[in-house]
Amino acid sequence: MHHLRWLALLPFLGMLVGPFFLNRVTPFVLGMPLLMAWLVFCVLGTSAVMGVIYLTDPANRTAGGTDSSGEGR
Amino acid sequence: MSVALAIIAFTFLGALALGLRARSGRQMSLEQWTVGGRGFGTLLVFLLMAGEIYTTFAFLGGSGLAYGKGGPAYYILCYLALIYVISYWLLPPIWAYAKARNLFSQPDFFAAKYESRGLGLLVAVVGIVSLVPYMVLQLKGLGIIVSTASYGAVSPAAAIWIGAAGVTAYVVVSGVRGSAWTAAIKDVLILFVVVFLGLYLPYHYYGGIAPMFEAIEAARPGFLALPERGQSAVWFASTTLLTALGGYAWPHVFASLYTASDPRTFRRNAVILPLYQLVLLFVLFCGFAAVLQVPGLKGADADLSLFKLALQTFPPWFVGVIGATGVLTALVPGSMILMSGATLVANNLYRPLSPAATDASTARLAKGIVPVLALVCVGFALHGGDTIVQLLLMGYNFVTQLFPALLASLMRRNPLTAAGAIAGIVAGVGSVAATVILGLSVGGLFPFLPAALQDINVGVLALTLNVVVAVAVSRWGALAVAAPGGRAY
Repeated sequence: MHHLRWLALLPFLGMLVGPFFLNRVTPFVLGMPLLMAWLVFCVLGTSAVMGVIYLTDPANRTAGGTDSSGEGR
Repeated sequence: MSVALAIIAFTFLGALALGLRARSGRQMSLEQWTVGGRGFGTLLVFLLMAGEIYTTFAFLGGSGLAYGKGGPAYYILCYLALIYVISYWLLPPIWAYAKARNLFSQPDFFAAKYESRGLGLLVAVVGIVSLVPYMVLQLKGLGIIVSTASYGAVSPAAAIWIGAAGVTAYVVVSGVRGSAWTAAIKDVLILFVVVFLGLYLPYHYYGGIAPMFEAIEAARPGFLALPERGQSAVWFASTTLLTALGGYAWPHVFASLYTASDPRTFRRNAVILPLYQLVLLFVLFCGFAAVLQVPGLKGADADLSLFKLALQTFPPWFVGVIGATGVLTALVPGSMILMSGATLVANNLYRPLSPAATDASTARLAKGIVPVLALVCVGFALHGGDTIVQLLLMGYNFVTQLFPALLASLMRRNPLTAAGAIAGIVAGVGSVAATVILGLSVGGLFPFLPAALQDINVGVLALTLNVVVAVAVSRWGALAVAAPGGRAY
């Protein structure tokens, strides 16, 4: 499941590129200006993405988790 | 003594007592003092790392930014989340390397990775120069909070002296354990206070979150999005990215990662912390609630928006609770900063230069430096004036210059040599200082660029120069060695 770590690029894309397209106040989403609502969504998404990566990362299954083969590939 | 002041004083004494007791019979070697014997579990590391987010900046500056700038303030929601994403892969290898070699501080890591004492000294100096203004900012925030929340009964100067003395006491006695336990109370308080304020203020004054934003949009169209020029989407993206890269280059943040007992702690935190920092959303709500209620605060006064609104909304006892929370947001990061600063001086400036130093003498010296460093920071906080703002701007961009060398050192084959890393950091730090002192911007330097690109954060320029110089010097060194008959070094 190594390729799942590329999901970590999504938060960067959403937060750094998103504002170029969603830089608007209206429509309000959940009462918040559109740009703010989008960025809040990105933060929630970040946590979800990191959760998926954590659960599928073999480095977290080895005892102590110090197995360096789990990192930097 | 007013109710508000009593609550603030009680909280301060409670934090002090908890910080002093945290030592609980341990012998305080340097390893225990600075990194808690590397024995902290997920919860304590979480609290330490989260504790470094909720500084006075988050409390006063976050709401002040929303109040003063509007849309551009959203970047504080983003950069922290990205810091945690990076931390997932960045921290475990640093932790493992540091543990294997018994390292205490950030310069130790650079010196060991690059086998260069000179680089270690340079990193230590950059760290200290960046930490002092950061500490001064905490103290200034503390002074403002206490004098406002005590309705003027305590002067900012008195609050700064008392706060600095308290934090010095528990740092000297308990080291990082004191910080971790005071971070625990602080986080409970700030969660409660900020979420409550962020919901109550919009409902009280506007009847809800949505009506509040609609009212602001009606009064100031476009204020809640990014402007076309200046702090535009280009500015937003470059600033968010730069700040995210600089996050783990701060010496005190770097030091807190050594406290973990297991690298899985960091990976777990990378999942939880993005959610936890959404508390900042409520800080933004407070700032936006103030926009139409306490209009007219300009410049640095924008940071007072949250307190001005609180004073006209709540009874004194609750103002006291907000003030007490604000005091803790200054004390906890302040203690980490003091401890890291003292460790840098003792372990990374004094020790490499004096062969006779032992573990015990270095630990004694580090504790002795804490009050001296605190005094220096109090001096700047009381008499620094505007220069400190410039220093702080530089501080953040200074530490970011350490990131390329840090990242390169973790690659399987490090593309940088020690000489290259040193040259890159010097070039980056030098250009940051030049741009801040001369007040340059990308638009001012390159007026021929397309309008949109002129809004790039000027820190990007320094970082680019840093990387180019580092790679060029490393390459040149390698070529000189490889060339026939070349006897470089």
